Amino acid sequence: MADLGRAALVLSLGLSVYALVAGVTSALTNRRRLASSARNALYCSFATTLIAAVVLAVALVRHDFTFSYVAAHTNRTLPTAYALSAFWGGQEGSLLLWLLVLTGYGALSVALNRKLLRDLTAWVVPVFGGIASFFAFVLVAVATPFGTQTAPLDGAGLTASLQNPYMVAHPPMLYLGYVGLSVPFAFAAGAMLSGNTDERWLVATRRWTLAAWAFLGFGQLLGAHWAYVEVGWGGYYAWDPVENAALMPWLAATAFLHSVMIQERKGMLKVWNMVLVALAFELSVFGTFLTRSGVVNSIHSFAKSSIGSWFLVFVVISSLFSLCLIMFRLPLLKARTKLESALSREAAFLYNNLLLVALCLTVLWGVLFPILTQLVKGETRTMGRPYYDFFLRIFGLPLLLLMGIGPLIAWRKTSVRALLRTLAWPIAVTVVCGLVLLAVGAGSSKPGIIAYTFSAFVLASIVLELVRGTRATGSLFLLVSRNRRRYGGYVVHAAIVLLAIGIAGSSAYGRSKEVRLVPGQSTTLSGYTLTLRNVTVTPTPQAIETRAIFSVRGRWNGTLSSGDNQYFFPPEPSREVGIKTSWLRAEDLYVIADDVNPKTKVVYAQVLVKPLINLIWVAGFVFLLGAGVALWPDAREQRRLVTRLAPARA
Amino acid sequence: MTIVLGTLLAAVAVLLVALPFLREPVAGDDRLDRPGEEEERRLGLVEQRDQALAALKELEFDHRTAKIGDDDYRELVGPLRQAVARALRAIEGDQPRIPQE
Repeated sequence: MADLGRAALVLSLGLSVYALVAGVTSALTNRRRLASSARNALYCSFATTLIAAVVLAVALVRHDFTFSYVAAHTNRTLPTAYALSAFWGGQEGSLLLWLLVLTGYGALSVALNRKLLRDLTAWVVPVFGGIASFFAFVLVAVATPFGTQTAPLDGAGLTASLQNPYMVAHPPMLYLGYVGLSVPFAFAAGAMLSGNTDERWLVATRRWTLAAWAFLGFGQLLGAHWAYVEVGWGGYYAWDPVENAALMPWLAATAFLHSVMIQERKGMLKVWNMVLVALAFELSVFGTFLTRSGVVNSIHSFAKSSIGSWFLVFVVISSLFSLCLIMFRLPLLKARTKLESALSREAAFLYNNLLLVALCLTVLWGVLFPILTQLVKGETRTMGRPYYDFFLRIFGLPLLLLMGIGPLIAWRKTSVRALLRTLAWPIAVTVVCGLVLLAVGAGSSKPGIIAYTFSAFVLASIVLELVRGTRATGSLFLLVSRNRRRYGGYVVHAAIVLLAIGIAGSSAYGRSKEVRLVPGQSTTLSGYTLTLRNVTVTPTPQAIETRAIFSVRGRWNGTLSSGDNQYFFPPEPSREVGIKTSWLRAEDLYVIADDVNPKTKVVYAQVLVKPLINLIWVAGFVFLLGAGVALWPDAREQRRLVTRLAPARA
Repeated sequence: MTIVLGTLLAAVAVLLVALPFLREPVAGDDRLDRPGEEEERRLGLVEQRDQALAALKELEFDHRTAKIGDDDYRELVGPLRQAVARALRAIEGDQPRIPQE
């Protein structure tokens, strides 16, 4: 079976290279049959990659240890779902998943647009072919998942922290996002290569970009929840380089989703949008380089491998390609109109873009700094949490405020008087909310109270928008269905507000305490009294489980346990935390038993109370709802697009 | 078995890639369907019309939802209506050159 997988990958490489070469030739020499042939090669490349993926999946499920990859990442006791998740648990499988998603997205987006955008797809096919050729080459020549060996009795098993339901969904979700950003990139490059930089490529890729952005955003939240419940350090985002690797393209894509609206309405920011699309794509590949190369220390990264340098070369070449293409097509990307006023919706979008890109580049600098200091000075100096937190406040809080102001400003221009009149209600709500928060003691943290009051402002402006819009159209349903993108966007804004409240609540107002306890001793924190009852050691087929058992009294009555599991395959420890969630207060009681001694029964533990943290996870579902509303097909828009293009095709 | 499957896979892939040439060994017109000058011009005009119409619609909506005052509305609505009319006239003037069904 491994031979079949290898053969499928070699075929996929050949087909991708053909799609690239034949695609470029057909577009340059204007040959229709050759263009169709290149397109078919892209479809076949997806089919052969799918066959390779099925071969690997079957081997994983059947515990076929003649596959080196299967033996290195699974063992016989691993449940089927986790055995399957080992597909993306290792480097080679992850790369195969990347190629599968890439060719799948490429084939589908080209197939759906081949009739309406024939001139563009002739160039889009070779762009996809080029990207796929690189990944297929790495899989064939550098990191193949189909290496074979004499089957050992059992495999090494999957890393303990990856044996978690979130790890079944989180990596594929991220990949759907990362790789999805190649669709707007391929169409943008196709538009520039063909010289047709009108708005058709934007219309064609609007939903693809939105879907990729939604997958990337939700995938990050899944990862944050995995870190919170599984890694067990009490947090959910550590500004780890690999976590940042997913955040950066998401920020660039968020900026693009906003600025693209200005191009659609005013024909402005064409160069800026091309730069953002290229930046989002390059950052997604750069993220893979960070994860795979081992140049940064991260709990998520794989051991140092030989593929890092290949990725670096690809990032450099594709960045130069994008840059040269944009420079070459600058005359075609000139704006037809100018910004009419600094007090307009367009200007608000522009400010939002500058803040998002500034935050993205700040994070990028934080990631690059240790690599550069290592290269230049030979010593690693990392950017710590204070650096990121500082810039998150500097750029994040104004962004939050803009989310409230932007929707209330008119397009083109507005007067200060009209704006103040519109903002009166949200400002009143914000002032009242701020005073109430100060009265209940939330003033202990300045960033916290700023985040809360800004959040109240944004929520008030969203409600005001919905109320006024409903009055104007006569129905909320009609209002939303006529402009799903806008109102889906407002739901996403509400999700960001929940996220901001959750982050501010859990970090600015959280409480923690480190304690040493023996059975019978108690500790109290924020109304919870924890008493250590016992220490237990339970051997299971997979691990030896050591637990400290606490009884809890006060704001909640019950039992919590925390400790560690010492796994056999692979032989490694895993921290197991105790979490009690109060959905009414959206608060968690979080216990980390760092050191549990079964002989002396002495337990060193950290107790944390995290107010409002669960709003972060609720935000994930609200985010999905908003993205779903924005993504929902709009029949009127489709008809407009078809009628716009149809007469000339008839 | 694997060799047979692999060979079959390769044969099917080659067949599909060669299909456009097998279907039409000699093509009457093998040129790619690109928009000509007229079509490009029409696409540009349609884009301008859609943008002008969308801007007018947004302005009306912003006025109805009190985001823009009466004075600003009166100042902006005239030029926008003229822009829509200009775009529509340009498309109508262009119409005879567009191939009809």
